[in-house]
Amino acid sequence: MAQHQVNYLKDGGLPVALTTIDKVVNWGRSNSIWALTYGLACCGIEMMASGASRYDFDRFGTIFRASPRQAELMVVAGTLTKKHAEFIRRLYDQMTEPKWVISMGSCANTGGMFNTYATVQGVDRVIPVDLYLPGCAPRPETLQYAVMMLQQKIRKEPASRSQKPKRLM
Amino acid sequence: MQQSNRLRPFFENISFDREDNELVLNFGPQHPSAHGQLRLMLHLQQEQITKAHPDIGYLHRGMEKMAENMIYNEFMPTTDRMDYIASSSNNYGFALAVEKLIGLDVPRRAKVIRMLLLEVNRLMSHLFWLATTALDIGAMTVFLYAFREREYLMDLVEDYCGARLTHAAIRIGGVPLDLPDNFMTDLRKFLDKVPENIKDYEDLLDKNRVWLMRMENVGVISKEMALSWGCSGVMLRASGVQWDIRKEEPYELYDEVEFNVPVSDKGDNYARYKLYMAEMRESAKILYQVADMYEGTSTELMAHAPQYISAPKLEIMTQNYALMQHFVLVTQGMRPPVGEVYIPTESPKGELGYYINSQGGPYPYRLKLRAPSFWHTGILTDLLPGHYIPDVVSIIGTTNIVFGEVDR
Repeated sequence: MAQHQVNYLKDGGLPVALTTIDKVVNWGRSNSIWALTYGLACCGIEMMASGASRYDFDRFGTIFRASPRQAELMVVAGTLTKKHAEFIRRLYDQMTEPKWVISMGSCANTGGMFNTYATVQGVDRVIPVDLYLPGCAPRPETLQYAVMMLQQKIRKEPASRSQKPKRLM
Repeated sequence: MQQSNRLRPFFENISFDREDNELVLNFGPQHPSAHGQLRLMLHLQQEQITKAHPDIGYLHRGMEKMAENMIYNEFMPTTDRMDYIASSSNNYGFALAVEKLIGLDVPRRAKVIRMLLLEVNRLMSHLFWLATTALDIGAMTVFLYAFREREYLMDLVEDYCGARLTHAAIRIGGVPLDLPDNFMTDLRKFLDKVPENIKDYEDLLDKNRVWLMRMENVGVISKEMALSWGCSGVMLRASGVQWDIRKEEPYELYDEVEFNVPVSDKGDNYARYKLYMAEMRESAKILYQVADMYEGTSTELMAHAPQYISAPKLEIMTQNYALMQHFVLVTQGMRPPVGEVYIPTESPKGELGYYINSQGGPYPYRLKLRAPSFWHTGILTDLLPGHYIPDVVSIIGTTNIVFGEVDR
């Protein structure tokens, strides 16, 4: 029998934190969102600006990757045309789960000012979207705020199960 | 409603017929170094390209058709989304074409502000070009440096018009706003640093072994080739043709400022890179001179032409007739006289021209955009064969194509 007992949970005890697996996994996921470089038009320039020196996206753990296999976030930045629509769907399907989509800018949200024969009136007709980001073009701060909102969303999801199928609009 | 599973791309302009032993490589349309949505069909013998076929239209948004259903002022924000790296140059080209069509004379202060915006946009565009091209070739530091400076310029434009990227800062007949108080001091502060900033980039790149190997004697465009493919801007000047529309057909105040047009006869990627750097220095020089012109101009910002241009706000608020005219101009739009006009301007990427055919109505009967990048994409057909795959990236980089402009 031990002569003295150590209270591990008191100050000065062992550095132990109690948590759930879900929380740990979600903490990791939400702080290392790697985004696919999906600059389609003007918003892509602001997406680059948010990755560049002043706005520095790396602070959020968001690093732009050029391969869908390495990315879990697709920021659709710009106008989606009907000619391109097939490719966005294919690239979305190539991304590994869990995956999320931010629709950046008016064109990606609803077609924006381009209500013409050539543009898809919102990417949510082709791929499921998690977050809509208004603006034409949204500022880099706005994109970073969107990523922070997405982080909150990720932290609420159960990490141990596969993602629920999302629906198209 | 569109059905997403029925959307099929068009392939009729791409031939998939293969000769023996050739690999057909699909480059794009979503390639990180394709500068937008360029799709290249490359035929390869080993690593060498034998045939290149640029496929465009992935960002076609139907702007020219949109223009036919819009009053002239309404189309102005759409021009922003063409060459979105330097939106004010597009605004300006359109405004100038309409002004020529109706024969307007713009007040001097508006001209000075337009010149400032144009040259600030040129600097922004060239910095962006440097950043992305360096990033494609692997010089990440230059990307971060150039974007740092570009943000200062965006702050300047934001001070003026409130937008970072899509400015819509120029109106038909002048400019909507006067410069804010601190604009000139901020601009001069920035300009003082431009030479040393450019020296920083050149220190990193000029003698860099990797940079030289990727740039020197790669993508050589001969003079004949550049002329026959309709190149303009730096693409043309790097091939030894002294042609700058700011000098040849001066518009705005370009005949009053002193600047050189840098020319090189090498025609390769490196020559284009050096020209971009030299043009940034020239832009700074122009900006210094234009900043001095601002003092002593009268405060008028919009041309006086009640038939086409709304009166200043004060008059609209106090005079009944000005209010009525403003109402008609906003609801029905101006009606330029019957005629057609083509006005080229020297945008950062080359000759940006607007052709407007007016039938006397409030909408243009036909509006055609002559965007430099379109022609610079075409040249890839002739330029790429004989090069290797890594060269494709650096050649696309130095052609400085932007797909909002190519596809419109």
